[in-house]
Amino acid sequence: MNAVSLPAEPGTRGYLIAAQDVVKSFGQTPALRGANVSVCPGEIVAVMGPSGSGKSTLLHCLAGIFKPDQGEVWFDGQRLDELGETKRTQLRRTAFGFVFQFGQLVPELGAADNIALPLLLNRASRKAAYKQAASWLPRLGLDGLGARRTGELSGGEAQRVALARALVTRPKLLFADEPTGSLDSLTGEKVMDLLVDTAREEGTTVVLVTHDARVAAYAEREVMVRDGRVTTPAGAGAERS
Amino acid sequence: MTVPLTLLGLLEREPSHGYELKRDYDAYFGRGKQLPFGQVYATLARLARDGLVTAGDAEPGGGPDRKRYAITDAGKGNVEAWLTEPVEPEPHLQTILFAKVVLALMLGRSAEAYLDTQRSAHLQRMRELTELKRTGSLVDTLLADHALFHLEADLRWIDTTSGRLKALAELVDNS
Repeated sequence: MNAVSLPAEPGTRGYLIAAQDVVKSFGQTPALRGANVSVCPGEIVAVMGPSGSGKSTLLHCLAGIFKPDQGEVWFDGQRLDELGETKRTQLRRTAFGFVFQFGQLVPELGAADNIALPLLLNRASRKAAYKQAASWLPRLGLDGLGARRTGELSGGEAQRVALARALVTRPKLLFADEPTGSLDSLTGEKVMDLLVDTAREEGTTVVLVTHDARVAAYAEREVMVRDGRVTTPAGAGAERS
Repeated sequence: MTVPLTLLGLLEREPSHGYELKRDYDAYFGRGKQLPFGQVYATLARLARDGLVTAGDAEPGGGPDRKRYAITDAGKGNVEAWLTEPVEPEPHLQTILFAKVVLALMLGRSAEAYLDTQRSAHLQRMRELTELKRTGSLVDTLLADHALFHLEADLRWIDTTSGRLKALAELVDNS
């Protein structure tokens, strides 16, 4: 297998986001041992790998949640890993969207409140935020559920609210970490259909972390994380079994 | 796909002409591989010979297209037996994947690289099937689901075997 190689200056070569030789340890335990990956604008890329391989740590480094111990993370032409916490937080609020396995919605609030939340945090007016939030409800098959508390929604509905909340700021990049991990097969399929449809409509780049091959099959390509490194097969188009 | 029993099953709905059977077979079962007319009529002839269908008189116009076929009681019995009996679960213990992994280890080649390449090929096929599901009919979806679950099972084997390669290499070396 070969490591995914990057040009010397990934930020200037058309990638939206790229990690170069990223090393990250937790105490004495290495999670990433020189990970390289790059994603072009508008791409949907699946990051796969066994449990403990480092795929979630890689996502956190790409998203600026973790600062790498070594290596570089580039986003939209700038060094993300060199930004201070305030600027990285600002970037996460404006340029990134996040969907996790468990929606991490605020259960006491309604669906529309949850969707409007990122806009309100970005100082949008209440009227504008709720207007935007309302426009996302029908797009994700959530008509009539805007006032429903998210604690009262089904798993699939809650995950669709989480998707709307992630996309309402129209981020350049959506990070999805096992977005269907808590859902049954058919419900998960519907969430993935909507995720891919809306990402394509919006031109949103997606980094999709999953261990589930049927979820990864929604992406345009996959990269494998193994023992803290990103690998890709040496050849493609092997014979079918 | 068992063509004779499928055609027999289609005939149990109602007596039909060969071209009607071909049309329905292709619509439901012939994804990517249509049934040739010659095979339809050869199969119907064999079914008639075995007493599983009867061929009506040729209708005006002539040619094989003009005969209407009907299922017999014996034919219905075959369909009933086929639909109620489970398909033999195939363990696939000696797959080509297994053979390639073991041989690679025996020959000192990289079994891991092979498994990675195979994983990538499987995922590529899964992407194609997923796109077919997203754009195709419900019948396409059901067929793609079936293929996807089988490919997923292969992938699980690939991932598990990948984790067992060291132990397998020791076994092959010591035998």
